[in-house]
Amino acid sequence: MKAAILVFPGSNREGDVAQAIELVTGRKPEMVWHGDGDFAKTDLIVVPGGFSYGDYLRCGAMAAQSPVMAEVKRRAAQGVPVLGICNGFQIVTEAGLLPGTLIRNSHLKFVCADVHLKVETSQSLFTNRYQAGQVIKVPVAHAEGNYFADDDTLKRLEDRGQVAFRYCAPDGTVDGSGNPNGSIRNIAGVFNETKTVMGLMPHPENAIESVFGGTDGKALFEGLVESLS
Amino acid sequence: MTVAIEKNPPVMLPNEPIITPQIVAEHGLAPDEYERLLKIMGRTPTMVELGIFSAMWSEHCSYKSSKVWLKKLPTSAPWVIQGPGENAGVIDIGDGQAAIFKMESHNHPSYIEPYQGAATGVGGILRDVFTMGARPVANLNALRFGDPSHPKTRHLVSGVVAGIGGYGNCMGIPTVGGETNFHAAYNGNILVNAMTVGIAATDKIFYAAAAGLGNPMVYVGSKTGRDGIHGATMSSTEFNEDSESKRPTVQVGDPFVEKLLLEACLELMATDAIVAIQDMGAAGLTSSSFEMAAKGGLGLEMALDQVPMRETGMNPYELMLSESQERMLIVLKPGREDEARKIFEKWELDFAVIGHLTDTERMVLSWHGEIVGNIPIPPLVTEAPMYERPWKLTPLPDVLDASQVPAPTDWNASLLALMSCPDLASKAWIWHQYDHLIMGNTAIRPQDGDAAVVRVPGGSKGLAMTSDCTPRYVQAHPETGGRQAVAEAWRNITATGARPLAVTDNMNFGNPTKPEIMGQFAGAIMGMAEACKALDFPVVSGNVSLYNETEGRPILPTPTIGAVGVIDDVAMAVGSRLRQAGLGIVLIGETKGWLGQSLYLREACGREEGAPPPVDLAAERRNGDFVRAQIAGRHVAACHDLSDGGLLVALAEMCIAGGTGATVALPKGTDVPSHAFLYGEDQARYLIATGSPDQMLQAARAAGVPAVLLGYSGGDLLVVEGLVALALAGIKSVHEAWLPAYMNTTD
Repeated sequence: MKAAILVFPGSNREGDVAQAIELVTGRKPEMVWHGDGDFAKTDLIVVPGGFSYGDYLRCGAMAAQSPVMAEVKRRAAQGVPVLGICNGFQIVTEAGLLPGTLIRNSHLKFVCADVHLKVETSQSLFTNRYQAGQVIKVPVAHAEGNYFADDDTLKRLEDRGQVAFRYCAPDGTVDGSGNPNGSIRNIAGVFNETKTVMGLMPHPENAIESVFGGTDGKALFEGLVESLS
Repeated sequence: MTVAIEKNPPVMLPNEPIITPQIVAEHGLAPDEYERLLKIMGRTPTMVELGIFSAMWSEHCSYKSSKVWLKKLPTSAPWVIQGPGENAGVIDIGDGQAAIFKMESHNHPSYIEPYQGAATGVGGILRDVFTMGARPVANLNALRFGDPSHPKTRHLVSGVVAGIGGYGNCMGIPTVGGETNFHAAYNGNILVNAMTVGIAATDKIFYAAAAGLGNPMVYVGSKTGRDGIHGATMSSTEFNEDSESKRPTVQVGDPFVEKLLLEACLELMATDAIVAIQDMGAAGLTSSSFEMAAKGGLGLEMALDQVPMRETGMNPYELMLSESQERMLIVLKPGREDEARKIFEKWELDFAVIGHLTDTERMVLSWHGEIVGNIPIPPLVTEAPMYERPWKLTPLPDVLDASQVPAPTDWNASLLALMSCPDLASKAWIWHQYDHLIMGNTAIRPQDGDAAVVRVPGGSKGLAMTSDCTPRYVQAHPETGGRQAVAEAWRNITATGARPLAVTDNMNFGNPTKPEIMGQFAGAIMGMAEACKALDFPVVSGNVSLYNETEGRPILPTPTIGAVGVIDDVAMAVGSRLRQAGLGIVLIGETKGWLGQSLYLREACGREEGAPPPVDLAAERRNGDFVRAQIAGRHVAACHDLSDGGLLVALAEMCIAGGTGATVALPKGTDVPSHAFLYGEDQARYLIATGSPDQMLQAARAAGVPAVLLGYSGGDLLVVEGLVALALAGIKSVHEAWLPAYMNTTD
């Protein structure tokens, strides 16, 4: 699998996801500077976490307008898989590749903690190494991760199976107790209609090695390798 | 002293005031200090020159009250690459890698404007580390707030925590550890001490000493604005009721720009274009330029009109004294300007050649072609005031016998009260606001061990880091308190299995012109020096913050010790969580039941008295070396040092962190009263959970280390036979409830 990771001024988890991908694939991903409108053909585009452009104006809003994102939109339209994590999720929603938006956490504070996620479907490039209903533990680290969409959009998402992950309690119960940010319907990650674009707030790239927070995020990258190699 | 004849006397700028005694006093210069200035200059200074002397001779920049004492600290060891005097200390951690670290205070600004004060404190310490060529890999912070019932405390906690998180999270550096205390002595003067640890290659470390006649001096980073003018002078005086009006002296941080500056500097450092580099911290362009020139024994000509400016109408005085953040000064090799400029332009940062090095040993400042300042550099540094202030040591208070302290009437209630008191209650509300996981190297997280442990990128080594001080001990007896702070930091590193290597100290004290305050400083230094020597734990960097007083009331003397150690295999590091049933709970070290200055005495009895627990450095070393060897031998499942609250609190912390109970009993035949045994704060002790307790006791006997098996882990209760029986869930809930409940209360 050939992966490209976008780097904006203010990105800061590009190294974490690069390390995760290298560990799983044995191959260094290509780092693509935001000013580059053109980059080599890849099997996967990752939009990493961080504070692109300082999160000024609105999280992800400025990055969504950068030259590289115009190219990402073109490739996404051709079916090239795109994974947006944390600030990357905010950027791809701002760019219109995914429905909904991420607003300020309901408690108004930054939160860094392990959370539990319920995998909603195994029927995607990104989740095929998980079982539907499986509970995994990965960390979150954000101040604006509160997913929101209007009722019509939510209905469409649910009807078409576009919810990828929901926050849950350790036993899999989807209720307020496991929701770290107030996301509507506990939504932690969503797909586009074709399930070729996925965005999520949690950081599977920080759950790859047992000594450093567990290994529950590894299957996401392994699944991608299996699908895209 | 001879004064070279000035070839270029400066001109007066339009509207420049005449220097009067009042203006001199407003600049914080004492009359005799001004006399000294006149002697050096041989004439009346211009305003910008006066401002420069004022900043350079401020307590903050010159260490004029503390220098004579700081010299007493041990600063060398075979693994020390750079001790105090540079931007940060540097130690060799093997494999061609160095750890670069320092702790620095931002107390006064954080009290005036908590968010920006704390944020720029983090920004400043990060720059100190990456200016030396290191990529920062971890942040820590030591915070002291006033009494929770004080009307400002909640607001200060909220602002400081948000500021630290806001800066560190955006920079993408994990904040992995620290400590937070509350005490009424900090009501008007909180302490915000921030520490950064970075990693560099030992052959790629950058220093501040300028070199090379004619080499260009380059300014990079943010533009200069009017924020933070006189910050260093402000930090060198006491607070009074007008201090709030000093808000404009607080700098404003932009972590996004600092992130760009970090990446741009590291990119330039990967080339060989840099001769010297220095960040602009306290006293901004003044201290950075003087330090670089002075260290290199050179002169410098700077065209201040070339400095990138954020506002129009700025003048040389403001440019030299602004403490605008996210700026660096670099001496480049000749002809490398374009290459460097391209890197900074890529990162959308300002880049300006503002001067060049000369052999005159003078700082010549020009403004649109006219000389506005011309100062001989060596005397400004060597003739700076240095004081041997009168000092009076604090006498050792009487030792408090356990019989003078009542035992709890309700043991269960006493433990719950301690576990939920502000100093011991969980600080999860704070550290969950810090990204402690970014970079993917955090092996031991906050609250999971005595020190944070992070993997060193590119291998399997780990760095253990901690910050420690027990101010009530230092207040009671500074020598003992200084010794204890160093010993506890050493112990906390040891408890993870790492080898303690070196220390950064952040000395927070009151007004040094009072002999009893200077005596606290002197005493703390003596104790620290003794402990650092005995434990081979040199001080490689540090910072002094004096005048921490409001309306004449000083803080508790607080010499915060930041420490770093190394473990060869990060996967071998142990935390303090008790996660498995059937493990033996072994107490290492001798228990005499020392209740003087204990938290039990303060929280349960409302008394702050007695001598603090003595620190036997030979026992510290012997017991710590034993514990480290046991961890290396894989005999240790969990380990926790005993400190605030003593044995019972430590055991309760281990149980609730790991979700496993324990049943223990006091050793048979001990003549120490139960409450002194369980709540006493004797030093050099650890609790270990081990699968092979008998073997460990045997090994301890052979090593001459006191060790006793107290009981075993298991169940979901914490039981001390005949005294305590509590459900872990109950302890955990009160332990975790206090801080969030406090922060959610509205006045």
